[in-house]
Amino acid sequence: MIKNILNLGDAALYCDFGKEVNRETNTQVIRYFKSIQREKITSINNLSPSYNKLIISFDLKKTNFKDLKKLIENLSITNEDDLENKKIEVPVCCDENFALDIVRLEKKLNLKREKIYENFFSKEFFCYMTGFIAGMPFLGDLTENMRAKRLETPRVKVPKGSVALTEQFANIYTFESPGGWNVIGNSPLTIFDSSKEASPNLINPGDIVLFKEISKKQYENYNE
Amino acid sequence: MKIIMSKNYFQVIRAGINTTFQDEGRKNLYHVGIPFSGSMDKRNYLLSNKLVGNKINSPSLEFAYQGPLLKYFGNKINIAVTGDVNFKIKKKDIIIDGNCYQSLNLENGDEVDILSTNKSVYGYLAIGGQIDLKYQWSSCSTNTKAIIGANDGKKLENEQVINISKLNNQSVERKLNYINTKIENIRIIKGTNFDYFSDKGKKIFLEKEFIVSKLTDRMGMRLEGPKIENIIDTNIKSEGLIKGVIQVPADGNPIVMLSDHGTIGGYPKIGVVISADYDKLVQLSPGSKIKFKQIDLSSAENLFKLYDLETQNLISQIE
Repeated sequence: MIKNILNLGDAALYCDFGKEVNRETNTQVIRYFKSIQREKITSINNLSPSYNKLIISFDLKKTNFKDLKKLIENLSITNEDDLENKKIEVPVCCDENFALDIVRLEKKLNLKREKIYENFFSKEFFCYMTGFIAGMPFLGDLTENMRAKRLETPRVKVPKGSVALTEQFANIYTFESPGGWNVIGNSPLTIFDSSKEASPNLINPGDIVLFKEISKKQYENYNE
Repeated sequence: MKIIMSKNYFQVIRAGINTTFQDEGRKNLYHVGIPFSGSMDKRNYLLSNKLVGNKINSPSLEFAYQGPLLKYFGNKINIAVTGDVNFKIKKKDIIIDGNCYQSLNLENGDEVDILSTNKSVYGYLAIGGQIDLKYQWSSCSTNTKAIIGANDGKKLENEQVINISKLNNQSVERKLNYINTKIENIRIIKGTNFDYFSDKGKKIFLEKEFIVSKLTDRMGMRLEGPKIENIIDTNIKSEGLIKGVIQVPADGNPIVMLSDHGTIGGYPKIGVVISADYDKLVQLSPGSKIKFKQIDLSSAENLFKLYDLETQNLISQIE
């Protein structure tokens, strides 16, 4: 449930679902997001669901903070579990040319790379949100012993397809982009496809992701 | 590259520094990771299209600092330039200094040379007619990061052509008296993490001058000045962003999110620029001084009403 609605600037509602980052809280955020989306409220410009927040930005010509807040508070939110939880397998090649930060991670986590990959590939991930760059999924949760901070100095360019870790999360760089996550491999899979306007993202909030290790040869010959 | 030319087209002789097609932008895609994009200075964008008789939400060429040099081939066409822009029209035997906020005719072989924006960043060149462009999610706005929109998601390039599929009726001349004014302060509303900063940090943010750095583009504006001290945490759990949000990362230098911003961010939000001041904010060029002034929500809402009325009023003055 929404604990509190504040204004973010003069044209957005900042809905807070509490401090916790876990699947229960995030599922609530996604339910609100989907329910509001279904209402097709024309004064709303954008919805940004995240771990424990939902930001609703609106057209200040059509409504204002007070009126839209009231409307959102009175909206009926579907409680039944309508999240599909689609399962998606993502191939990852961990060749050392791709695993840019595996040496750093071995040191930071005090784990051998074999163990890091074993932990990583045996885990089912939950997609909390997508964004930052188009289609990038934020996946969780890594076990306690797999959690490392961001790089001290972020990379100016993280290669497209990079699979990377930070704190309790994993993500996939859908475009070449600046970034500070620990890169452990690369996926040849197309995660974001702008030609599919109805559903450009392969992975969406609520989906389950499984990573599967592939060889360099399989990576090079990969055909979707 | 295969170049197909229509009957009426522009040849791009010089593309300019950052020239893109922009309209009003894309809605309802933040959750996918696609920002709003669209014209940075909305008022000047709207006026450019109105001056050539285009429909609402038609694309304009947005340029920054140095704009494009275009040579036109075809039947007589109307163009208009808005912003604070220095440009020339080159005809067969004569070079004319261009005036902003006025429709101009180009004939076969004429050139329009956008030399520079004066003490500002963005300007707009509207073309009276329909440009052949790719639309994605009902917008042709070019987003170079996600590689979507007009021109295959890329900036304008040298040697390319801009095809015009339909010309507007060229008989109407339109003109507006308008001067872009500067504002002393950029007004903000307190951000959701305002209390992450020390009293001294808050005071610095609201009372000291900052300088717009060179690391400023359509995604964001980085500011330099006295450091803003964080006393709680230099990271927050990643969450959504909107344009105008001012984030302060660990180094204490504020970053203002602009139209092509990343849709998720993990730095504390100290403030948000009010909607009425966004057009003026984006026109501050690197090296400009910037000072923030805190106001409350209802004042911000009233200022937006005034801004919108003024824009509508300008639009209605264009005949």
